[in-house]
Amino acid sequence: MVPIAYYLVLSAVLFSIGVAAFLIKRNIISVFMSIELMLNAVNLAFIAFSRQWSQISGHLQVNGQIFVFFVMVVAAAEAAVGLAIIIAIFRARNTLNVDQIDLMKL
Amino acid sequence: MTPDLHLWLIPLVPFAGFLVNGLLGRKFPKALVTAVALICSLVPAIQVAAIVTNFGSLTLPYLESHGAWIVAGSFHADFAFQLDQLTLVMLCVITGVGFLIHLYSVGYMAEEEGYWRFFAYMNLFLFFMLTLVLAENFLLMFVGWEGVGLTSYLLIGFWFTRDSAANAGKKAFIVNRIGDFGFLIAMFLLIAHFGSLSFGDVFTQIAAHPEWQSGFLTAIALFLVLGAIGKSAQIPLYVWLPDAMEGPTPVSALIHAATMVTAGVYMIARTHVIFDRSPLALAVVATIGVATAFFAATIGILQTDIKRVLAYSTISQLGYMFLGCGVAAYSAGIFHLVTHAFFKALLFLAAGSVIHALSGEQDMRAMGGLRKKIPVTFWTMTAAVLAISGIPPFAGFVSKDEILYQTFLSPNGGKIFWAVGLLTAGLTSFYMFRLWYLTFFGERRTSDAAHEEERGAPVHARSDAKLTLEADPHAHPVHESPWVMLVPLVILAVLSVVGGFMGWPEGFGGNNWFAHFLEPAVKTVHMSYEQTSVALATGAANTPHASPAGSKSLELTLAAVSTVVALLGWLFAYILYCAKPALPARLAQQLHAVYSLVRNKYWIDEIYGALIVAPVLFIARWLLGVLIDRAVIDGGTLTAGYTAQGFGALVARIQSGNIRSYAGWLALFAAVLLAISYFGFFPHFSLR
Repeated sequence: MVPIAYYLVLSAVLFSIGVAAFLIKRNIISVFMSIELMLNAVNLAFIAFSRQWSQISGHLQVNGQIFVFFVMVVAAAEAAVGLAIIIAIFRARNTLNVDQIDLMKL
Repeated sequence: MTPDLHLWLIPLVPFAGFLVNGLLGRKFPKALVTAVALICSLVPAIQVAAIVTNFGSLTLPYLESHGAWIVAGSFHADFAFQLDQLTLVMLCVITGVGFLIHLYSVGYMAEEEGYWRFFAYMNLFLFFMLTLVLAENFLLMFVGWEGVGLTSYLLIGFWFTRDSAANAGKKAFIVNRIGDFGFLIAMFLLIAHFGSLSFGDVFTQIAAHPEWQSGFLTAIALFLVLGAIGKSAQIPLYVWLPDAMEGPTPVSALIHAATMVTAGVYMIARTHVIFDRSPLALAVVATIGVATAFFAATIGILQTDIKRVLAYSTISQLGYMFLGCGVAAYSAGIFHLVTHAFFKALLFLAAGSVIHALSGEQDMRAMGGLRKKIPVTFWTMTAAVLAISGIPPFAGFVSKDEILYQTFLSPNGGKIFWAVGLLTAGLTSFYMFRLWYLTFFGERRTSDAAHEEERGAPVHARSDAKLTLEADPHAHPVHESPWVMLVPLVILAVLSVVGGFMGWPEGFGGNNWFAHFLEPAVKTVHMSYEQTSVALATGAANTPHASPAGSKSLELTLAAVSTVVALLGWLFAYILYCAKPALPARLAQQLHAVYSLVRNKYWIDEIYGALIVAPVLFIARWLLGVLIDRAVIDGGTLTAGYTAQGFGALVARIQSGNIRSYAGWLALFAAVLLAISYFGFFPHFSLR
């Protein structure tokens, strides 16, 4: 039985990599991927806690797993919309560099 | 036994007229406006007449309440009306003279643009004035009090496009405000001491406590006097009334002569129970009254504007009424109020008829010789002049003489007051006959070109709209007024002649019916005296009624003296303005200093301007306007606004549009939050 700390550390590492990549990468596709990475890090933590909770209480606890499904669904929808926006931006601006996409500033 | 009189209808009918004409009158044809206005002023008159016919069968005072208006704890003020002899007299004057003046206005205002507006205001005035006299408590009276002030303002400024009229309206309103302040304070004191504003409650409480003398009752009475002198244009607050002549002449007749300005006298008579307990307040009333009577009469001597002469005469006559009230001869004061309403309304209406005949000319120096051309106006005005001058047996003689007689009998400086009052009677006679001679006798003085050029525009301006039709007003023939204006003149002339017989003094074989009629309404004078005689032992009681009884021979002698004085005034006026018309100018040169002092109304307006208006304006403009308003209030809000703006500009830089900088801030502060909660800097916000 792997202790829960292992999963949580892995989750934190994945999340930190996601944040770092989000801040560092300029390509909007990479930024998008780093978001997915952060979401999945959170999913991992959810699952870990769900299992831990089941063991402590003695019967199956599915709340965390249900959350994960929600996150997955939302992430899929977000990916669909986000990629569509990225394509639209690319067509309009001919670039994927986020630093050049700053039309909405004051 | 007592039938339901529906007193509430009396004020509400004119109010309905105001609503109809005020809201819809602009669209109405002129005839409809006229009909609404006349009906709504005639109906109350008829109702009052009906009350008069079965007045004997009523139990007085007749009270009528229409529910509570203000209730706070044990205090309550109701929509309550009352009817007693005093109210009835006022009702007769207001509805009767009011209707006649409405009728007259139909002719006088026929050519005016704001015809509907004029009649709407007039009806509104009737509503407030009737509320004032019908009210059963101070608060409802105050509603009428303020309301007549409002309508006075509206009607003085009726020709609001003319600056002088607008300013005169404002002046009247603001000066009245000083008096209203006194009335308000008096009401607060009444609530504090009696817990009620109802006349019945207050007067019963006072009657039940004969030991209450002077003290707080003097304070209340003096504040009431302040209200009265504002409304009734007495020294020192009389300055608004002469300027009020900027309004149309019927307004001057109704509001600024017959009814509204007498509200102060009515109020003192109504609250006489309070005044009876305060010799000081009565002395103040009498002093103010006699001083005003004399002072205004002297100003009236040298005025050249026909309406201004009448305005100062009104102030002077109001002074007589105050004198009457001040010597506790309330019925004499009210009697003079009634006769004055007759002859002064008549004087104003006749003056209006003269102005009408001369197409807007108000300057007496440009009149003269009108006797034959406008005979009806001449004869009616003659009746009024004889009445106000105190020539027996006209109305003014009887009432004025009653006041002088009562003053003579009064123990508190009565002789001095009487002497000044007598002198004033002579002055009154002088300036009224001066007006009479200048207007109706001699040659027509229209060709006085220089002064025409000089004052032409403001004098002629819009007083009569016919002017606009004629290039040269003097090319327009002098014409008698239409019958609709003459009928009220004739009726009022008859009343001015015979009105005095209502109170024909006992000294001349009459029975002084008027005084006896009013006695129940002012009877507590004697009751309170008898009660106070109990308190006399304390030495506090000093009612002014401990007067030596007059005798019929004394009354006759005094009447003879005042008649001689009045005739002397007539004689002087005849010499100066008819027999030797060159004399006044010579006299004016010889007595130049006095002449210019009186001619300029003792510079009172200028003195007030320098002493009161200028400092107030200074405070308003500089202290309040610049320092408080602009520096503190504006400065405060502007500082707050600029601070927010500046801070916003600073913070707005964060929103650079660069997505990664947003993410960076987000991550940074998430990390900070995590650190704070993990290391437990705040005990309630911790992960551990």
